[in-house]
Amino acid sequence: MSMAQLVETEAAPRRTKRWRGRLLPYLLSLPALLVCIAILVPFVTAAVYSLQRYRLNLPYLRGFIGVDNYIDFLSDPAFWNTLKISLVYTAVTVIAELLLGLGIALLLRRPTRFHNAVSIMLLLPLMTAPAIAALMWKLMTNPSFGILSYLVGLLGVHDFKWASDPSTALFTVVLVDVWVYTPFIMILLLAGLRSLPRQPFEAAALDGVPASFVFFRITLPMLAPYIITASLFRLLDSIQQFDIVYAMTQGGPGDRLMVFQVQAYLEFFQYTNVGRSAALLMILWLITNILSNIFIKNWLRLRARAHGHA
Amino acid sequence: MDHSSLAGRIFRGIALALVLVFFMFPIVWILLMSFQTNEQILRIPPRILFEPTLANYEALISGQLRTAAGNLQIEFMRNLMNSFVLSSASVILALLLGVPAAYAFARFKFRLGETIAFTLLSFRFAPPLLVLLPLSLYYQQLGLNDTYFGIVWVYQLIALPLILWIVRGYFEDISPDIEHAYRLAGHSWREAFTRIAVPLAGPGIAAAGLLSFIFCWNNFVFALILASADKQPVTVGALAFVTASGIQYGQIAAAIVLSVTPTLLLALYAQRYLVEGLSLGAVKG
Repeated sequence: MSMAQLVETEAAPRRTKRWRGRLLPYLLSLPALLVCIAILVPFVTAAVYSLQRYRLNLPYLRGFIGVDNYIDFLSDPAFWNTLKISLVYTAVTVIAELLLGLGIALLLRRPTRFHNAVSIMLLLPLMTAPAIAALMWKLMTNPSFGILSYLVGLLGVHDFKWASDPSTALFTVVLVDVWVYTPFIMILLLAGLRSLPRQPFEAAALDGVPASFVFFRITLPMLAPYIITASLFRLLDSIQQFDIVYAMTQGGPGDRLMVFQVQAYLEFFQYTNVGRSAALLMILWLITNILSNIFIKNWLRLRARAHGHA
Repeated sequence: MDHSSLAGRIFRGIALALVLVFFMFPIVWILLMSFQTNEQILRIPPRILFEPTLANYEALISGQLRTAAGNLQIEFMRNLMNSFVLSSASVILALLLGVPAAYAFARFKFRLGETIAFTLLSFRFAPPLLVLLPLSLYYQQLGLNDTYFGIVWVYQLIALPLILWIVRGYFEDISPDIEHAYRLAGHSWREAFTRIAVPLAGPGIAAAGLLSFIFCWNNFVFALILASADKQPVTVGALAFVTASGIQYGQIAAAIVLSVTPTLLLALYAQRYLVEGLSLGAVKG
């Protein structure tokens, strides 16, 4: 008998009590919902703004213009640049973090005291604020005294300008992203690896199956749900990247790192073009929404399995 | 997977050493920088051995920065205090709102239940600026712009979904039979909730609370848009500080160390809960 049934049967004799029993779950979740609904209002507003000509500096021009803001993007090279940079940034960070995180999780697989100590230390970058992490790397890559610039110089590469050179800027912010977020993937995959059943591995060891076969035919398939969840989590965060890019270069040099949210921020505060900024964010929301629908489906399947109703 | 061959062990040892260097070096290096004078920092080649100084921290704590352009007043300590106030208030509010809701979602199958849960979850994935930019215009009209209350409210977007989903998972793992028995003994649901369910889910609530504190602390974009200088947390304050202090690199390093120390200490102290919370939040829900 579930709590809901209990509440109902117990309260059955009196109608008012029964009502209270039915209402109870709503009453419990209502405050949380109200707070969030109040925050949902601006979301609807943003959708409306995206259909308006709305510039903070020219308020008298404000008016409904349908999907013109969106149509303008089609012929706007700045928009395509933003889309391209965002997708490249997302793809590169997620793939790099996945490979590195998987590698580290495999290295730390056996739960020895040393391995556990290492995995705890790797929590530290993840718990560093990304904006602050960007400042740390900025100090380390400073052209005049940065330790990394110095070390690269020792290797014979001079004039390596890290984030201030258009050709290496993306590499530099990706490096910071990898530093901060690889531990996230590592933690999830390590938890996954350590929860795998032992029998298949013992059987393979008995039969003398080569390690590469074990990895590709047993470990990877069994780990797949964890890999999917971890990378989708990162995918959704990465495509919305703001903190690291803004703190490091504010989207520069030039428009080299104009990811969606940085572009929208500048569109709003620098060019005071609210309509365009909102339209840009709506497109980003659409992309994330498609990705997160895939994600939530996978997640629910995993949850069901974790709770044993699969 | 037994890598007992010598070559394999050497390879794993080297790989682990490289991993440790990559992830730990930035933290160690910035910590060292924070105890150096500007002259020591600018020295080439850089030295690992140096005479440490506390001048950077003294300058930050007193709020008086000596720069090339003269003395500059910067209240970085105020940013630090703001971070404490904003993060703690947000987590307390999110626990008060989120734990009962998580209980409702875990224990009752009710119409709209899943819909509400998903609406709350979807906040986790919406682009923050989509909400923040219109909100900043509303806040200006409502007079909530640049108030602690206004910022704590939007921080619920970070803390609430996290608490809801982690704590819900914990409640689902507790057998309802215990509460059932307690209720048959004549106690109300409220007593069953506060005396049985909440204490049993204690570790989950702690994990969720800690994680959301850290995430609130580390947030940057919310306060960048909604707070002016005297309400800003350290993440935004540190960036402003870099701009203001110019080439006082030792002081920048010290400001970074002060901004990350609270969350890193918390992470080390509660690492077991954190790992559990992260994996639960991501995999199990």
